[in-house]
Formats: sequence, C-alpha cells, structure tokens
Amino acid sequence: MLKEYLLNIKKDFKWKHYTNYIAVAVVFVLFTSLYYMGALNRSLPSLLNQVGYSIILAVSLNLVVGFLGELSLGHAGFMCIGAYVGTYVANLLLAAGMNTLLALVIAMVVGGLLAGVFGFIVGLPALRLRGDYLAIVTLAFGEIIRNLCKNIPIFGGAPGLVSDVYSANLQDKNSPPLFIATFICLFLMLIVIQNLIRSKHGRAITAIRDNEIASKATGINVTFYKLLAFIISAVFAGVAGVIYGASVSPVLYTNFDYNYSIEILVMVVLGGMGSITGSIVAATVITVLNFYLKAYLTGDMAAVKTLIYAVILIVMVVYKNAPALKSFREKYNFKKLLNKLLPHRRKESFVQDDEARWDVVTTKISMNEVLSTDLVVTESVTSPDKPDAPGGDE
Amino acid sequence: MLNTIIDGLSLGAIYALIALGYTMVYGIAKMLNFAHGDIIMVGAYAILSIMMINAPVISVILAIIVSIAVCTALGIVVERTAYRPLRGASPLAVLITAIGVSYLLQGMAQLIFGVTPRTVDFKIPGNIGGIPVYSIVTLIVASILMVGLTLFVKYTRTGRAMVAVSEDRGAAQLMGVNVNAIIAITFAIGSALAACASIFYVMQIPKIDPTLGSMPGIKAFTAAVIGGIGSLPGAMLGGVLLGLVEKITQSIPFLSAYTTAIEFSLLIIILLVKPSGLLGKKRNEKV
Repeated sequence: MLKEYLLNIKKDFKWKHYTNYIAVAVVFVLFTSLYYMGALNRSLPSLLNQVGYSIILAVSLNLVVGFLGELSLGHAGFMCIGAYVGTYVANLLLAAGMNTLLALVIAMVVGGLLAGVFGFIVGLPALRLRGDYLAIVTLAFGEIIRNLCKNIPIFGGAPGLVSDVYSANLQDKNSPPLFIATFICLFLMLIVIQNLIRSKHGRAITAIRDNEIASKATGINVTFYKLLAFIISAVFAGVAGVIYGASVSPVLYTNFDYNYSIEILVMVVLGGMGSITGSIVAATVITVLNFYLKAYLTGDMAAVKTLIYAVILIVMVVYKNAPALKSFREKYNFKKLLNKLLPHRRKESFVQDDEARWDVVTTKISMNEVLSTDLVVTESVTSPDKPDAPGGDE
Repeated sequence: MLNTIIDGLSLGAIYALIALGYTMVYGIAKMLNFAHGDIIMVGAYAILSIMMINAPVISVILAIIVSIAVCTALGIVVERTAYRPLRGASPLAVLITAIGVSYLLQGMAQLIFGVTPRTVDFKIPGNIGGIPVYSIVTLIVASILMVGLTLFVKYTRTGRAMVAVSEDRGAAQLMGVNVNAIIAITFAIGSALAACASIFYVMQIPKIDPTLGSMPGIKAFTAAVIGGIGSLPGAMLGGVLLGLVEKITQSIPFLSAYTTAIEFSLLIIILLVKPSGLLGKKRNEKV
C-alpha cells in the first residue's frame, strides 16, 4: 500500500511543480542569512517585506482574475480590512501584554477570516453579474470598505490607526525582521493555492472560466466554486493587509484606493493571467521598480515614476496583444529563444502537448473537441505522466 | 431643500455629461475607457493655463474654446495611438492600456503643473433667490447638450452609423460604415462632452490637481452602469440620480460622512435587482 503510494508520488513527481517553492525558499534563505550576517542595508528588509506581501496580493488576485475569470477591481479593499482589523487586534493583544509574534499571528488569523467574510459578500453579486458589471461592483465594494474604515470610531478616523506592532519592532533591536513572517505566509499561500489549482476543485474553477454554462451542465456547483475562489482570494489579501499594518504606522485608508487595486491587477496581467510563476515575477519586478523609483525621484519628480510606469504598461500590453504584431511575436519570442539555447528543450517545443504546463496553455475548447474526446480516450492510450487525467490512474 | 435639489441636479448634470462619454465608448468600441476621467483633468488644466492671461471676457471665452479643442484632440490621439492597435484584442488588455493612458496623463500633468493644487477663478458670480447662477447655467447648458446629442444620434447619418456599429460591428462594416472613423468620432464627442463637464466642474470646485479627474470619473462610470451601460438616456438618468443622492446625503448631518458608501451601495443594490442597469438592454447568454 505504502510502497505503491510512494511509487505513485515518484511517478507523478515533476520538478516543474516545485520551482516556485524552491525559488521563494532560496531567496528567503539567502536574504535571511545575509540579514543575520549584517550584510543588508537598512532599507532592504522593508523592500523584502513589500515584495512578500505584493506577491501574496498578486497570486491571490490571480485566483479570481486568472483562474476564475472574473475581473475584480476591489482587491485593495480586502487588504484594507486586514490592515485595520489586524492592527486593531494586535494593538489590543499587545496592550494586554502578549508576545509580539503571537499577537501578529492571531491578528493574521482574525484579519484573514474577516476579509474572507467580506470576500463571501463580494462573491454573492458575482453569481448574478458578469464581466464589466462585476468589475464596477467590486470597485464599489472596495470604496465602500474604505469609506466605512474611515468613519468607524475605533479605527482612528482621518489620521489613521497607529500600529503598535510596528513601534514595538522598532524599539526592540533584537527582534527578528518582519519579512521572515511575510515569507512564511507567502510559502503557506503558495502551498494552498497551487494545490487547490492542481486539484479537482481547481479544475472546476478553470472550467467555470472557460464556459460557465457547459460546466454547470457537467454538474459543477458553480455557486460553490465561485464563492470559494472569492473567499480564498480575500483571506490571503486580508493576511497581506495584516502584514502591511505591521510594517507601517499609521494605517491609513487613503492607501487602499482603487488605484492600488489596479496596481495589483497590473501585476497579474503583466505576469500572465492564470500563471502563478508569472504573478510572482511581475509582483517582484514591479515592487522593486516602484521602491527604487520612489527613493530616487522625490517631490514633483515623482511624476517621472508615473510616466515610466505608464509607458512600460502601454508598450508591454500593446506589444503582447496587438493583432497586427502577431506574426512578429510568434517569430521572435522568449520560448523560441530558450528552445534554441537549451538543446534538451527542443523536443517539447510544442507546449500545448505538455500537460504539466496546462496552466499556461489556453484551455478554451471548442464544442467539437468536447464531443470528440470520448473517441480519442477510448482509442488511444493516455500518456502515463498525466497528473490526473480521467481514467489515467488505475 | 430646493437649494440642495438644484445643487444635486447640476452636479448630476456634470456626472451625466461624463457618463455619456463612458457609455458611448462602451456601446460602440466595447471597452471601458478608464482614462476618460483624466480628460476632465486635462480640460481643467487647459482652462487654468488660458485664465493666466489677464483679460476678463476674452480669456473666459478662449478658455472654453481651448479646453474643448484640447480635449477633443486628445481623445482622438489617444484612440488612434493606444486603443486602435488593440482593436480585436482581449477586453482586459484594452482596459490595462486605458489605465496606462490614465497614468500617463496624470504623470504629464504632474510634471508640467506640479502636485500642489492650483485654484482658478472661473465662476459666474451672483445668485437668483439664493440659488447660485452657475448651477442654473450648468443645468441649462447640460440639458441643451444632452438633447442635442440625442437628436444627433437619432437623425444624422453619422449618428445612425454609430447606432449601427454599436448593434453589430461586422454587419455595419458590410453595409459600408467606416468603423474606424465612427469610433474616432465617438471618442471625439465623448471627450468634448468631458471638456464641457470640466468647465462646469471647475466652476463648482475651483481646486485643480493631477488626480482631479479620478473621483468624478469613477462616479460618472458608476452612473453609466446604474443607467445601463451603452444606453444614452440611461447615462443621463444615472448621472442625475447619483448627483441628487450625493447632494441630499451630504445635506443630512449624520449621513454626510458616509456619502461615498451610500452612493456605491445604491449601485450594488440596483445591479442586484436589475443586472443590466435601469435602462440597459438584457442580453441572453448563448452557449
């Protein structure tokens, strides 16, 4: 029994499934050891922390936008809930004399769960509205949350909520840096979301993206999976908010406006919708770029940052999507170049055949193909290393 | 109370003018033009630049003309350079480009005029029975513009071509409609209306900064969705409704802090009851 199980694991094992974990772990170990060797300058831990929570935000938004296929413009709203509630809870616990780390963990749980509740509420209209209508509703929810956080008396009103975790960390010189907690959260999130997406539930979510009516007809519980995706996405955005709340003081509602939601959306779109690795890379690049541009361009020169950002955005999107440039893109792209440089990749140049890369392959299937799959499956033997193809794992 | 209602109606008229731009572009080009709000900002800065010339009557008239001309030209240029290459690409790609254009306009304004808000004295003075004259002028001019637009769309060749493109782009093209020209005209009209809105907006709130356009832009977009995006009377109705709600909640003391929340809740409630907006057409989904 056990032997069979282990053999199965060995058979299904693919390095590709673990590259994200390995990359994140390597970066984490590298910077933590550098930190304790004293080789990091003052601003780098804060940058690492920002990169960490940006990745959490981008990957969790990707679950809704890339995998469920619903445009959400209110992700910063969930982060806002996490930041305010988490900071409030942490302040209470610290005042009661609790350890900083424990207070932070409890704050994350509470903030994440409450953001999840709001994710459920925002998910409800998603059952009835489509496309652009849902986008404006999520945007509206984000703004409502911001407006409420501003007006709830315990949250400090217009000057914002003072974060005690932040000041406690600042005073205690020997406390471990916050980015360690951020990276642990990031790792947990990757485990949850990657495994969710590779499971039967994840397939159901992508099926809803590709064709809602067809997936309903095949017996997928659309209501459940839509709400599930919204809730999970909101929970992690809430956790990112708690981390944010621990890294600044005061927490201010003006930082969570729809422009911030759009910035997260930009990370998801530039990284590639439905690609977790893409979201991680894009979130890292954009956050680092923002950080250094902000540091060097102060005052009215901050406009240059906006301009650079805008030009990159327009050029990249037009280049990647313009129908007129299609032949050019197919001729000169990164994958082609990589295949030329690395001889062992030449064989699998046809990405569409590789099941392990299903997350980057568009899964739109025409009706004819759906009808003809039965014939194909019964006639030809399915390849042995299919992750969980129907009828493939005896 | 009458004062509040007139205020609400004139603010609603401004929202309606902006919302018309959103709704026309959505109906004809099938895209969310997120940069539309920033056209208002550009219009306001155009007014500011001209008003620096110290010649009372001439500069006011010149400011109005320049503001409309600049915005119209900008609308056409943006459509030609940023959106036309993406015709036929996924809607999300176009949306992200529009966001990029919005950042670009804000960045340029910030580079030229700085972050600090500028004030401009562009108000029609005086009031009739306690109601400021500029509110009444806003209301009258906006109504004329809206009636004019409705007549234009209904009775001119170009207007009917616009309706045809919004109904079915492919079929319209087969009938000999120049789709690219029609979309360019749509952007031009939408931007000109936004310029008019910016003139009235500056009269009400004379503070100009690079992010001036984002909040009225979002509110007008909300108004367009409330009315049913793609429908001209819907945008007018939604705009007026939103303006009234905003001014009335602001006048009630214990609700005034929650104005934004109430406005957006109105949107959510209306969409939950009528998913395609108040006057929007219901589209059946096909497999």
